[in-house]
Amino acid sequence: MGPGGATARAHPHQQFGVRTVTVLIGQLFTGVSIGAVLLLIALGLALTFGQMGVINMAHGEFIMAGAYTTYVLQQVITAAGWSLLIALPVAFVVAGAMGVLLEFLLIRRLYARPLDTLLVTWGVSLILQQLARDIFGSPNVQTRAPELLTGNIALPGGITVANNRLFILALAGGAVVALTLALRVTPLGRRIRAVVQNRDLAAVSGIPTARVDRMTFFIGSGLAGIAGVALTLLGPIGPTMGTNLIIDAFLVVVVGGIGQLKGTVIVAFALGVLQATGEYLTTLSVAKVMVFIAIVAFLQWRPQGLFTLRTRSLA
Amino acid sequence: MTLIRGRRILAGAMTLVAAAALAACGSKTTDGNTSAGVAADVSGDTVKVGLLNSLSGTMAISEVTVRDAIMLAIEEINAAGGVLDKKIEPVGEDGASDWPTFAEKAEKLIREDRVAAVFGCWTSASRKAVKPVFEKNKALLFYPVQYEGLEQSPYIFYTGATTNQQIVPGLDYLKAQGATSLYLVGSDYVFPRTANKIIKAYAEANGMKVLGEDYAPLGSTEFGTITNKVKSSGADAVFNTLNGDSNVAFFKEYKSAGLTAATMPVVSVSIAEEEVKSIGTQYLEGQLTAWNYYQTTPGAANEKFVAAYKAKYGADKPTSDPMEAAYVSVYLWKAMVEKAGTFDVEKVREASDGITFEAPEGLVTVDGATQHIAKTARVGKVGADGLITEVWNSGQPITPDPYLKSYPWAGGLS
Repeated sequence: MGPGGATARAHPHQQFGVRTVTVLIGQLFTGVSIGAVLLLIALGLALTFGQMGVINMAHGEFIMAGAYTTYVLQQVITAAGWSLLIALPVAFVVAGAMGVLLEFLLIRRLYARPLDTLLVTWGVSLILQQLARDIFGSPNVQTRAPELLTGNIALPGGITVANNRLFILALAGGAVVALTLALRVTPLGRRIRAVVQNRDLAAVSGIPTARVDRMTFFIGSGLAGIAGVALTLLGPIGPTMGTNLIIDAFLVVVVGGIGQLKGTVIVAFALGVLQATGEYLTTLSVAKVMVFIAIVAFLQWRPQGLFTLRTRSLA
Repeated sequence: MTLIRGRRILAGAMTLVAAAALAACGSKTTDGNTSAGVAADVSGDTVKVGLLNSLSGTMAISEVTVRDAIMLAIEEINAAGGVLDKKIEPVGEDGASDWPTFAEKAEKLIREDRVAAVFGCWTSASRKAVKPVFEKNKALLFYPVQYEGLEQSPYIFYTGATTNQQIVPGLDYLKAQGATSLYLVGSDYVFPRTANKIIKAYAEANGMKVLGEDYAPLGSTEFGTITNKVKSSGADAVFNTLNGDSNVAFFKEYKSAGLTAATMPVVSVSIAEEEVKSIGTQYLEGQLTAWNYYQTTPGAANEKFVAAYKAKYGADKPTSDPMEAAYVSVYLWKAMVEKAGTFDVEKVREASDGITFEAPEGLVTVDGATQHIAKTARVGKVGADGLITEVWNSGQPITPDPYLKSYPWAGGLS
């Protein structure tokens, strides 16, 4: 900025004009990109928790598994761009397979006991964290981002849009579209919705509910893996990265309303923009508090979340 | 309805997690034994020393290398015959980047292992957590990392820089380069907050403007907004007191926003060679750091240190300031013990004044009054090879002044 900036304290409400607009647009983009990250980490949960009602505390560790998959692939394939692209499907399968294994070995035995599911999956999450520590070491690791994603696109007026955040935004958008289509159009999607809306009736109609559960869990966990790949572009990869994300993910799904995706998408972006705005006007810690207060207030008003799925289930 | 029940259970679970976290924070402080110190166990052929570093969690990126450097010094000393004819036996503990754990492990090292001295800690938060433990037990801690000053415990030797040996010279350098405005970014705990208080006092006295200051929790990886604020402030330079791998996220974001060392240089005080390597040289090239030692510092003592370190841990492992200060601290302790002729803590402290050591960073001298050491200040620039090359130094060792008593502008601090 020009030398004139030295005399004015550069605080948001004390400057107007072009710079304010630049900052506003920059912040809006930051908020949307925080929202995209929230959306990616919550999308898988919207399936397993939102649709199936399973409280999976190990969901964060599936995100971690996706991130470490990227790291491992980069050791093998040194071209950062290719390893990132290949990591997307591989992480989906790795995390999805872990999810299926968890569902098959433990969760399916506990469908009638949600509290036990919670404790068991929490235990699994601790085991997976220690496993990561044993395999990859305690210190966090980093991946190299492809050169293309470390730059930015400069728009007129000094606005810059970071390429890695654009990539994550596109990834989140792509995941939402793919998931929506899969649920609406494919036979599997129809079965998933049928089981969610009325499990008994679905079973009576000849839908193999156990297999549908497993597939739902595969997709939900796989999406966590994709989120893990995206997060390697922003920060370090470590054994505890999942625990830091799991609460945010649950918040988004609960506030969005259980049983459908629309709420998750809207709430992820709303919380992202709220967080970015709050942080810009105050500080990061105060902004976090603001977001929590907003969530508590909202849930007092609408305990069922933003949208609810009307079902004929008697449960 | 199952959905509502599910949410209630979830709420219960979150409460459980929160309660567990609170309990972990609250209960692990030391119990109120009013002991008069535990004498070190030196009856055998060996003398035990404690090594207290984070080997896991967000600080492990930095602290593991400090542990390695301490082990190197112990091995060298043992190979040369030990201390007072006793071999040093290291006892390692993991502080796990968690301050109550540091206090708990310090207590264990002192009371159960009965070590003669403890080497370690990195963050000031961990040092503040263990300080009462060492004072209560009258045991010795050697703290090897630059810190925010304004502290002087009789049971801690500070072998890293205090503010007048690192931050103040760093600011002097920026001022000489013509910087008139700064933006402060730091982790949210005692070191960055105190350091920034000092920086603001300095800026006010020297006609520099502080255009903003922001803090992120340790381990935080979301720097979009902070980077936006920094960028729109138009400051001449950024003073960075972030610790641990938040730096990874910050510098990735910084580069993505199109900010570079040429347009807005960042001066960091917690990024040394090891961190440069793990953050990635592509993000840091050309940025500045303030320290007392770089791997590239000339001199025979450093050549020997670097060669020995690489021989033990691998040719690709860099050496850094905190590692050097940790390595030096073991030798200083040895010299103090030998001058005192005993491992007795009070006698060792009395013997400390004036002890010198030809360290890799150059000659260092222990100041018995403050228990800090006189060191040469250096500012360096990160090169394309990941090493840091000196662009300025203070010419001679600077006498430690942890309370900045000799700086008039620092009168209101403490």
